[in-house]
Amino acid sequence: MARFEGIDFYDLDSLFTEEERMIRDTVRAFVEDRVMPIIGEAYIERKFPKQLIPELGELGVYGANLPEKYGCAGLNNVSYGLIMQELERGDSGIRSFVSVQGALVMYPIFAFGSEEHRTEWLPKLATGEAIGCFGLTEPDYGSDPGGMITTAKQTSDGWLLNGGKMWITNGSMADVAIIWAQTRELGDVKGIRGFVVPTNTPGFSSRDQKGKLSLLASDTSEIVLQDVELPESAVMPESTGGLKHPLMCLTQARYGISWGAVGAAMACFHEALSYSKERLMFGAPIGGKQIQQVRLADMLTSITTGQLLTYRLGRMKDEGTMTPQQVSLAKRANADMATNVAREARRLLGANGILVEYNSMRHMANLESVYTYEGTHDIHSLILGQKLTGLSAF
Amino acid sequence: MNVTVCVKRVPDTETRVRIDGTGIETTGVKFIVSPYDEFAVEAALRTKEAAGDGAVSLLSLGDASTAESLRAGLAMGADSALLLTADVGLDGLATAKALANELQGSDDALILFGVKAADDDQQQVGPMVATLLNRPCVTGVASFEVQGDMAVCHREVEGGVEVIEVDLPAVLTITKGEYEPRYASLKGIMAAKRKPLEEKEATSVPERLRVDRLSEPPARAAGRIVGEGPDAVPELLRLLREEANAL
Repeated sequence: MARFEGIDFYDLDSLFTEEERMIRDTVRAFVEDRVMPIIGEAYIERKFPKQLIPELGELGVYGANLPEKYGCAGLNNVSYGLIMQELERGDSGIRSFVSVQGALVMYPIFAFGSEEHRTEWLPKLATGEAIGCFGLTEPDYGSDPGGMITTAKQTSDGWLLNGGKMWITNGSMADVAIIWAQTRELGDVKGIRGFVVPTNTPGFSSRDQKGKLSLLASDTSEIVLQDVELPESAVMPESTGGLKHPLMCLTQARYGISWGAVGAAMACFHEALSYSKERLMFGAPIGGKQIQQVRLADMLTSITTGQLLTYRLGRMKDEGTMTPQQVSLAKRANADMATNVAREARRLLGANGILVEYNSMRHMANLESVYTYEGTHDIHSLILGQKLTGLSAF
Repeated sequence: MNVTVCVKRVPDTETRVRIDGTGIETTGVKFIVSPYDEFAVEAALRTKEAAGDGAVSLLSLGDASTAESLRAGLAMGADSALLLTADVGLDGLATAKALANELQGSDDALILFGVKAADDDQQQVGPMVATLLNRPCVTGVASFEVQGDMAVCHREVEGGVEVIEVDLPAVLTITKGEYEPRYASLKGIMAAKRKPLEEKEATSVPERLRVDRLSEPPARAAGRIVGEGPDAVPELLRLLREEANAL
């Protein structure tokens, strides 16, 4: 298969700055050289490729849109989006790792943490020397995080955490967890606060969630918090906005996902297009058959539409005008788009498409998680519905 | 240890080249730093790092778009860059003279080139610059080490390694050996914006090589089927012996 060169039917390249293109091309080359050769095997073995952690840190992708002062690259949000796109071209699990580290761990520490939290954790998280995870979702409170039953009780000299979290990316590998817990009566969404919890704190335990059929090259874990005693300084002082603050983190992560999904779709399209030109059936390349040409045209159209969404979303984020609802639209549209493109690519590949040596089925399986996490497709529909009608359907 | 690296902007090696009269169609073509020159940049950065001091300067001859290639080298870690703007043709000597005019006053211990440009493949400019500057030149260096006032260069030759010691200042042309180029880090890309990149017109050197026409190689003729099964073997052998001279 020819080297991945991206898909750019509407010449978006001319809208990116030279620096944005250079950043994208650097990450693209890294993924080609370092991720593509190993990702199939990592997936089969159900292992996150940990050897990439320091290499990605050296490249500078963790929290890349946060300030240089804390050891980050200080990039704009379009560049950050392009990084997510290229990483997910490799695998959604790799992009998830980087998304969680940056948008769900480094961002809340930066936005809501104390200066001590920032200087203690951000430089280490930027290099990958420390790994982070984000604990909001609970077994019975996924789409409805405000109902969480993990509690934080004020003690004479700090906090006592009890509860459990589920579907936690990086949960077993993490050195530090951002845990969201209820500090008031259950159900009081204004009482939810964020804590910076070193994972070696007594009472903190995690275990790998077994039986996944998606995101196999990713650590997805359950976290148990049993009488976890924390000092007063563990609470993020600015996390006083209740549920709104973890949702602000999710907006950051969803922004990256909307770009990442485009990357996964581009990978599948690239593979399907190459295959259609090489695979002979009835004595001719299958790319010459009308049915495959319709498939390819549909895929290209979807991808181009998704690219225009993320491009505009990124520019609005950099201008400071982006709304959470606009992010919902892009996450919803692009995750859905990518699952469809991946499935059609897999079908075009015929029987070969179920093999791990091709990428489309891996992406297809991964994207079912991407479709579901960080606000399911359906929840984003309701967010948009509420925006349109002013009526909440939750 | 100061090192200058001369780099050339070339079409991406995976480009499907389309011919446009006497040149190639450049619309939609992605341009990169010639991969051999990237080895040279990597070699220069390692030389500076091993010495613990000094600077790596980049020099290129090309049109205004070449600045982008120079920034790619700055993002890898080079300290400064100079672009000599000119219309560059295929005359290696004209390119070499324009570079040498600029390098005449340089006291950098090493001037590095890629062993050849990935586009025209001529392998001329490095040795010509060395000659014009009256400096020694070692070509096709797979690795080297600076020891005092000389560079110990390793060249890969048929069945072995040739070791050449050369007095500094010298010109080396670098081939793929130990110098797998590093990725520019994202911070490096950001820092590249703040590094000096000077542009000035190259001294005018007339080209004495003229391209009359570029044309595609003829399409390959279809293969010939000489028969089927064991009966075809004698004819196949005859053709291999008499026409192809392969036996």
